[in-house]
Amino acid sequence: MNIQYSDALVIGGGLAGLRAAIEVAKSGQSVTLLSICPVKRSHSAAVQGGMQASLGNGAKGEGDNEDLHFADTVKGSDWGCDQEVARMFAQTAPKAVRELAAWGVPWTRVTKGPRTVVINAQKTVIEEKEEAHGLINARDFGGTKKWRTCYIADATGHCMLYGVANEAIKHQVKIIDRMEAVRIIHDGKKCLGVIARDLINGQLIAYIARGTMIATGGYGRIYKQTTNAVICEGTGAAIALETGLCRLSNMEAVQFHPTPIVPSGILLTEGCRGDGGILRDVDGYRFMPDYEPEKKELASRDVVSRRMMEHIRKGKGVKSPYGDHLWLDISILGRAHVEKNLRDVQDICKTFNGIDPADEGPKGWAPVLPMQHYSMGGIRTKPTGESQWLDGLFACGEAACWDMHGFNRLGGNSCAETVVAGMIIGDYFAQYCKNNGEVVDTNIVKEFLSKEYQYLKSLVDKEGKYNVFEIKNRMKEIMWDKVAIFRTGEGLKEAVDELEKLYKDSQDVKVHCKELDCANPELEEAYRVPRMLKIALCVAYGALLRTESRGAHYREDYPKRDDLNWMKRTNTYWVEGETLPRVEYEELDIMKMEMPPAFRGYGAKGNIIENPLSEKRQAEVDAIREKMEAEGKSRYEIQDALMPYELQAKFKKPNQRIGVDYE
Amino acid sequence: MSRKLTIKAFKYNPLSKISKPHFVTYELEETPFMTVFVCLTLIREKMDADLSFDFVCRAGICGSCAMMINGVPKLACKTLTKDYEDGVIELMPMPAFRHIKDLSVNTGEWFEDMCKRVESWVHNEKETDISALEERIEPEVADETFELDRCIECGICVASCATKLMRPNFIGATGLLRTARYLQDPHDHRSIEDFYELVGDDDGVFGCMSLLACEDNCPKNLPLQSKIAYMRRQLVAQKNK
Repeated sequence: MNIQYSDALVIGGGLAGLRAAIEVAKSGQSVTLLSICPVKRSHSAAVQGGMQASLGNGAKGEGDNEDLHFADTVKGSDWGCDQEVARMFAQTAPKAVRELAAWGVPWTRVTKGPRTVVINAQKTVIEEKEEAHGLINARDFGGTKKWRTCYIADATGHCMLYGVANEAIKHQVKIIDRMEAVRIIHDGKKCLGVIARDLINGQLIAYIARGTMIATGGYGRIYKQTTNAVICEGTGAAIALETGLCRLSNMEAVQFHPTPIVPSGILLTEGCRGDGGILRDVDGYRFMPDYEPEKKELASRDVVSRRMMEHIRKGKGVKSPYGDHLWLDISILGRAHVEKNLRDVQDICKTFNGIDPADEGPKGWAPVLPMQHYSMGGIRTKPTGESQWLDGLFACGEAACWDMHGFNRLGGNSCAETVVAGMIIGDYFAQYCKNNGEVVDTNIVKEFLSKEYQYLKSLVDKEGKYNVFEIKNRMKEIMWDKVAIFRTGEGLKEAVDELEKLYKDSQDVKVHCKELDCANPELEEAYRVPRMLKIALCVAYGALLRTESRGAHYREDYPKRDDLNWMKRTNTYWVEGETLPRVEYEELDIMKMEMPPAFRGYGAKGNIIENPLSEKRQAEVDAIREKMEAEGKSRYEIQDALMPYELQAKFKKPNQRIGVDYE
Repeated sequence: MSRKLTIKAFKYNPLSKISKPHFVTYELEETPFMTVFVCLTLIREKMDADLSFDFVCRAGICGSCAMMINGVPKLACKTLTKDYEDGVIELMPMPAFRHIKDLSVNTGEWFEDMCKRVESWVHNEKETDISALEERIEPEVADETFELDRCIECGICVASCATKLMRPNFIGATGLLRTARYLQDPHDHRSIEDFYELVGDDDGVFGCMSLLACEDNCPKNLPLQSKIAYMRRQLVAQKNK
């Protein structure tokens, strides 16, 4: 029996897991990190465009601060987020960028003097201030008031991931790659660690720790069309679901990104549009200003994706063997800009489609279509990152529903969340591990180990009826056809029924290769696919029950955002032996919000079923603000009076900016 | 229009007592813009569920899928089948790394060891106040550091390297590039003497025979040779001091 002990255990080696592990290591405790692939290959590496943080260095970022970042995040979430968490995040994001800079992440810097940029398809000259020279620059992204997205060409995630992974190696985080967590060990109340399967030799190992964190990313691969890496299967969240205790929240909140390239689904960054790229239809016509006169291509992702699909439905898509698509034109930015700031985009277009996007005219246009991109839902946690239902289990990053994105995430806020949550939750996690002694009954561990071995053995022994790859592909099609950008009650009901049947079928598959003690890709599918189906069912079932449209969740039969009935989080959990998740709801308290629900500033107006509490709370907020401003109180004091929030002192400290210092 | 592709894949499970190294041939229909990633995924789903290979991003940025494709190390996800005129593609695992199974090799352990050997992190004594303004860096200097930070640790330069095959402990072009990257980064306060301690020997910069295959095959077009030459000049000057 192989049992490994450490003070803390992190599952998942992307930015969130690595950053949290560093926080634990810095507290003087031992930390083991398990990753399904070498950590520097994690999906975090795919972040192209950048990371939002209100540094306010560039001319177009002037006047930016945490308050604006917070407001954009809440609006972006369509009021689905936890506003206290959004505050914690906005306050810590500048610190995260600056820490990464000190770790050698080569952020693109501001050059003083005039520079030419493209805004609303027009070349414009902006003047960068002398005092900003050499500080970290930022580009424009959708749904933000200021240019706030810090970047490194279009390889931001790569550089961040390498910076953080190298720092983890320096701090002696014990990284074990090709090791997959397959079961959470618990005694019904407390998490004791995980059973993991070595993907090289098939061995089962129990990793025991005082605290366990899941940072395994999103679940995009339950969809046929997705920008996600092939490892983003949601199985980390699924093992939390399988405890029967943990809740997965808002799983129906699935984001679709406007510009993956067709047909491969590889993402072309939002930086393309942020830097001034535009969308065109079959006639070469720029259609977004007709739908969104104010924000155009830079409305939030859910809105742009829907507008694109709407335009295709009007017959304005470009026919192709892979279905209709639209065009993304970045040639208007000029060859020099594309070759410097959008080099990976150029490389992707050239390699996978034989197009050079710097070529002017239709020749350089890239075929794009909205596809699944981000999972707002995940393992429900408190603001400290700990599960409310299982002591000692923490979640962080895309795997978690912490919940700062609500029903739609703004571009540049996810890789920001990974490192910011890694810092904040990593610190709470480290404290937890320090304060909780080991109370491990090895009998429980032994029992879990033997049960897991029996389960895997039963999978290879069974002469089942079904092929696991066929089940998986069918699931992906159902999700894409019926649980994607536009949803209806009828389609969702069909999806739930068919997914439930597939889930039952997935218990009866045949694995041809019978070997347990080596890499066995078919066996791996056989235990992952039922977990993916559980995730898919949480998504489809939650979407069926949510009879409103909010953020990325769009019901054609309920097109309004219903603040009267749906200011609540969907919490799903799974009772062992059942074939559908159970659902309960968690209310969002408007009377505690710093920003009560209102119009987002983009998308269709008047499309809200209002909650009278919004007006009431807004009046309260206005009165407090007016009174305190008259008294000459600072923005920090006013904020604290409106919605106090907890955050470690080291992260809550004010951030310095040029021109305003710490104000 | 479409033609038949012949994929010959190396199969061997070193953990099995009965497995012997051999090739298995698969035939499939080519589709437009087909990549080796698409082929291998289809093979696993429809013909041979047991075939082991590695993909993560499938977009040419994570470095997981490097393998020998008709004798040349390449990223399988970025390799288009149409570039092989006769439609015959032979796949083998990369040499120089521990073999896991079939087309899969253990690059993770090699690169973690490389990172530890060259201490691949910023060395800096001062405490950073993350609430205060960041250190100013000249924009061109940041861009130059980025140019050297683009390595994706795919292992292709290592698998291409004759020195590495003869001298197992050789740090490879990727390791030497990493030293050049930190030497270039103003955040790192290490001196050239410090780097001499790390790579100033035959397992480091003086082992390179300048055969150039590393740079020829690098999927990110990194300036490996000029940076190795640069490090060598710096370290020779240091030695002759």
